[in-house]
Amino acid sequence: MGYFIVNKYPEFLRGAGVTLLISITGTVVGFLIGLLIGVVRTIPMRTTDSKIKTAFLRVVKFILQAYIEIFRGTPMMVQAMVIYYGIASLFHVSMNQLFAGFFIVSVNTGAYMAEIVRGGIESVDRGQFEAAHTMGIRHGQTMRHIILPQAIRNILPAIGNEFVINIKDTSVLSVISVTELFFASNSIAGTYMAYFQTMIITCAVYFVLTFTVTRILRMVERKLDGPSNYAILNDSAISENAMEEGGV
Amino acid sequence: MADVIMDVRNLKKNFGPNQILKGINFKAYRGEVVCIIGASGSGKSTLLRCMNLLEIPTSGEIYFEGVNILDRSVDPMRLTTKMGMVFQQFNLFNNLTVLQNCVLGQTVVLKRPRNEARRTAMEYLEKVGMAQFINARPHQLSGGQKQRVAIARALSMEPDTLLFDEPTSALDPEMVGEVLKVIVSLAKTGLTMLVVTHEMDFAREVASRVVFMDGGVIAEENTPDVIFNNPKNDRTRAFLTRVLRKN
Ligand SMILES: Nc1ncnc2c1ncn2[C@@H]1O[C@H](COP(=O)(O)OP(=O)(O)OP(=O)(O)O)[C@@H](O)[C@H]1O
Ligand SMILES: [Mg+2]
Repeated sequence: MGYFIVNKYPEFLRGAGVTLLISITGTVVGFLIGLLIGVVRTIPMRTTDSKIKTAFLRVVKFILQAYIEIFRGTPMMVQAMVIYYGIASLFHVSMNQLFAGFFIVSVNTGAYMAEIVRGGIESVDRGQFEAAHTMGIRHGQTMRHIILPQAIRNILPAIGNEFVINIKDTSVLSVISVTELFFASNSIAGTYMAYFQTMIITCAVYFVLTFTVTRILRMVERKLDGPSNYAILNDSAISENAMEEGGV
Repeated sequence: MADVIMDVRNLKKNFGPNQILKGINFKAYRGEVVCIIGASGSGKSTLLRCMNLLEIPTSGEIYFEGVNILDRSVDPMRLTTKMGMVFQQFNLFNNLTVLQNCVLGQTVVLKRPRNEARRTAMEYLEKVGMAQFINARPHQLSGGQKQRVAIARALSMEPDTLLFDEPTSALDPEMVGEVLKVIVSLAKTGLTMLVVTHEMDFAREVASRVVFMDGGVIAEENTPDVIFNNPKNDRTRAFLTRVLRKN
């Protein structure tokens, strides 16, 4: 085992780098997709809206729903094959494997994130939407300033979870020869016919990655919760404070 | 008093098979304080929520400052800005501080410069006695304090009309007074106020008119003196006997 660590560590590290890169990109892009979809799907449909707007919203919401169902309902490994080989045979171009990896993980994560974000938005009590409505604040602004900050805080653990799952699940991209950690290990193991030793090392590397990520996210959560106390101001402090701090 | 600010005509609202509002006709005049009373489930909240389009009425018309707000060509958000609302459950924005709660609507909707918005917010926070707490977050405040912030937040938008839906019903008894005091002080400023309340003493003291709702209709409306001392409708009398005996 020592032999592999000493001599093959650049391959392991490079593999771990690719894994981390794909899972970070996939999680971030997936999160952005999820946010966008979450906001669009919660646009209220009012009977006073024009027919065109209502019809348009219906179609968009239907398409988004289909996307979510399809990508959540099929294995990522099969999605990777279908997209990678599908594009190759339809357009006679072969996609860059790394790019294909980014794309597949992002789109797949997006489908899960959309549901997570929706749950987060719905976890914020309706009263705050209503208060914003009575003040004339529009849906997008309400989302941006009031609902999403709370929703994101609430779903942070679930986002972290997705990230950890992505770190592990990028291993399925080995079927389209993306040189992530599992693909790299597998080739080393195959060359030296030393599956047990190599895979033990691989396990350890995966664990270090996921454990570190989990800790970092925990720290971010605590930071976001902000101070638990506030200062009651006296008269002279009130006017200064109002003009400097606590701005929106 | 001749200036009609709100004119509700034959308003009906169904929730599924149930008709909750069964043809409401109601006018409010500029500067008036109208208290709306009635048994639980009589449709008081629904009426208020229809007025600012939190619920879309099934039929009827609502004219606010001369404009039919149910007209499709009217931008509903424009209109609700001139009409503030204070909720039973406060509904403060939990991620924002007290000051930010009062600033956000002004900068985002009214496009006021930040400094001006803060000054306006401070003015109203002082009025409700919450200026000391501008850096607090909602979960750090008591119910009475939250409701006073909610009132300051609504006032910061400088609306013409303020709707209150049982503003003291979620409060511990010792906090009811501080909130009512704020509302009473507003009654003298010329703001039009529609207040759904179970506080009969408050209604008697500040209302220019009391509306009694029963089963989705307005059963009686009159001055507080007539409603409380000499109601014309038997149902009003029965309701008042019931609630006043409880106190
Ligand atoms: N969204 C809704 N869907 C179905 N029914 C509803 C809905 N909102 C209110 N109702 C029904 O409408 C009736 C009137 O409700 P409303 O909240 O207007 O009464 P209220 O006079 O405000 O009562 P309270 O004094 O208890 O607040 C109730 O029977 C209630 O169950
Ligand atoms: Mg009610």
